[in-house]
Amino acid sequence: MKKNQISVLATAAFTLLFGMQSCKPKNAGNAVSADAAAKAYVAPGKYDSYYNFVSGGFSGQMAVYGLPSGRLLRVIPAFSVDPEKGYGYSEETKPMLNTSHGFVPWDDLHHPEMSQTNGEIDGRWVFGNANNTPRVVRIDLTTFRTAEIIELPNSAGNHSSPFITENTEYVVAGTRFSVPPDNVNGDVPINTYKQNFKGTLSFISVDKGDGKMEIAFQIQCPGVNFDLSHAGKGKSHGWFFFSCYNTEQANTLLEVNASQRDKDFIMAVNWKKAEEYLKAGKGRKQAVKYASNRYNEKTHTATSTIKTQVIVLDAKELKDICYMIPCPKSPHGCDVDPTGEYIVGSGKLAALIPVFSFDKIIKAIASKDYIGEYDGIPVIKYEAALYGEVKKPGLGPLHTEFDGKGNAYTSFFVSSEVVKWNIKDLKVLDRVPTYYSVGHICIPGGDSKKPSPKYLIAYNKITKDRYLPTGPELAQSAQLYDISGDKMQLILDFPTIGEPHYAQAVEAEIIRKNSVKFYKIEENENKYVSKGEGTTKVVREGNKVHIYMTAIRSHFSPDNIEGIKMGDEVYFHVTNLEQDWDVPHGFAVKGAVNSELLIMPGETQTLKWSPDRVGMFPIYCTDFCSALHQEMQGYVRVSPAGSSVPLTYSLGTNLPKETVKTK
Amino acid sequence: MKRFFLATIILVGIYSCGNQDGEPSSATVKSESTDNNSYDPNRGEGKFKTVDVSDKLNITMADKGLKIFSVKCSSCHKTTAEKLVGPGWTGVTKRYTAPWIMNFITNTDAMITKDPKAQAQLEICLVRMPNQNLSDDDARNLYEYMRKNDGVK
Repeated sequence: MKKNQISVLATAAFTLLFGMQSCKPKNAGNAVSADAAAKAYVAPGKYDSYYNFVSGGFSGQMAVYGLPSGRLLRVIPAFSVDPEKGYGYSEETKPMLNTSHGFVPWDDLHHPEMSQTNGEIDGRWVFGNANNTPRVVRIDLTTFRTAEIIELPNSAGNHSSPFITENTEYVVAGTRFSVPPDNVNGDVPINTYKQNFKGTLSFISVDKGDGKMEIAFQIQCPGVNFDLSHAGKGKSHGWFFFSCYNTEQANTLLEVNASQRDKDFIMAVNWKKAEEYLKAGKGRKQAVKYASNRYNEKTHTATSTIKTQVIVLDAKELKDICYMIPCPKSPHGCDVDPTGEYIVGSGKLAALIPVFSFDKIIKAIASKDYIGEYDGIPVIKYEAALYGEVKKPGLGPLHTEFDGKGNAYTSFFVSSEVVKWNIKDLKVLDRVPTYYSVGHICIPGGDSKKPSPKYLIAYNKITKDRYLPTGPELAQSAQLYDISGDKMQLILDFPTIGEPHYAQAVEAEIIRKNSVKFYKIEENENKYVSKGEGTTKVVREGNKVHIYMTAIRSHFSPDNIEGIKMGDEVYFHVTNLEQDWDVPHGFAVKGAVNSELLIMPGETQTLKWSPDRVGMFPIYCTDFCSALHQEMQGYVRVSPAGSSVPLTYSLGTNLPKETVKTK
Repeated sequence: MKRFFLATIILVGIYSCGNQDGEPSSATVKSESTDNNSYDPNRGEGKFKTVDVSDKLNITMADKGLKIFSVKCSSCHKTTAEKLVGPGWTGVTKRYTAPWIMNFITNTDAMITKDPKAQAQLEICLVRMPNQNLSDDDARNLYEYMRKNDGVK
């Protein structure tokens, strides 16, 4: 081959490679400016200024990140078991995952929503939805632990949830899948969707004092898919808005069949009116079965109660609760601006964003400006409810958050970008690319009355080439934008657990000051607590053996146990006697088929263990606790069934008697 | 030498633990700027300056102290002279003043960081005494129980 031929080929190859590079959508290099690193930098030992609560998607958990660093601070187990913390494995936490279907150890958490007072984030709780087996979780933000999980009857796929009213009066749960109600025979042909399937909205009341959740009432609606929702605020307090798709009522190939109509609906729900009907006894009692699981901070123990009744209001009969507002092409996001006047519907197949006016909706209802009924629900004329449309904003609008300064920010899945627009004049002000295919976005307080608009975080569905490859499964990601100026600026990428959907963020100060450091041992009311080593013991009750054990740096008491026999059910009730911050102890026994325990200071947790063979079983502390952590261990001797080895327990007796005496 | 090295690691560890209530960095600054010359090794560091102690034992207080001892102290300390995880309690009220003991059991981290006697003890025990979050009354009652243990009637 001639020399110049080679060079031509090389040039061609180079050009080809270079060309391929430049074909890549929106190369990252030119999207990041020089001061980005400084803006996201939080020096070692310094705290982040915001907490970011991000859904873990199919991991079933909720992750907590610091902003602007993107550092992962904690994964809070919610709907899925977590062997790292013993959640769902310890006897105390198992009831949290009980449902009417039995123990369900996983789910798909999509939307965190923080509790509010007067429309502002109050930092008390964060709620999350289970998208598979319909449930709502309440996480206590003093402990960052799951405090309660409630199951939802008459529902399937709790997607339109857990959005809240401005004083956390209610958490709502709109069913994604319409299904036959729980009290009728669901064994019907699938193609009888139109006759037999119903869509249910649950209004869960939240106790102002302790946060306890109850299903106050449900509203039975036509069979459609409820997608997302947000409560009215300020002037629209008392109303809730739900996006609906599949108003075609298709039961197969929804990708095509649920995309036929030019417009689906945003459903406006007058929940104050629903409350009146409830008081007037217009609801009907329906037999159902659902679990209500609560964790008691004093006993460190969860209890699961199966409840058997809900009160259902019929939207078709009680005509002035629900109203349909036409909304272009399969609306997804349904977001209310900080003033409560503007409701933004994002039709995910539409090339525009409709903005509805609350005042106009009320006026249209008063003057009955309807175009007809949808399965018994009045349908308001589109133009009568519409404030205006944002024209050609991008492709595939999904979700909108607000900055409290008159601007809205909408994510575009298909065109992979975030677009900033002005609510009043509906003009596009700025757009930035995301990498890639953004779903939800979050501004701290961005769906409340009082946003804190320093940052915007985009949660992407696809990362492709953004991180070092890790086989076929890649990290999903969040991207942080500085929105304090006129132009949005990308300053950081950070990977997330599971699939990030919605998120909430709040100034750190609101949460940080209330953080619990340890549980007071004096207040521990666990049935099996040992308050001091003097109270530790091993008690046999038939084939059940209860080991009352303590942990302190760095030993267990007792740490030698003999007389366990094959066929025994052994319960290790481990109390952590420490009374200081950041001193958990772990507990593990060889061959345990469930998990380890992680016991916070002052807490008691129980591991059930059924030995599967005769022999010697070491126990040890799994959480590095002190310079002598590696010495924190012991033995459990297992003898054959019927053995005459007596049940004994001790600490320190095998050392020479001169140095340490028998306890 | 090896022991000294270990103690050094542990002491360095104290710094990294930081202040629990504030920004970790400010805690480091605080401990560095404290004037060590003003440290009173007989009193220790903490909220107790003088403690009102009678010649006679207050039995009620000593009994309350015993209850606290059972829950929060007995895992590591014996009431005899024997060392368990920490030193035995026999004679403790004779080796240290009342304010020193009460400061040490309520302000444990700070004292282990700078008190020469506490540091010497750490070299022997190698486990940092945990802060068991005692109230002022708890500390006083425990001190009374220590006195009872040392033979005060």
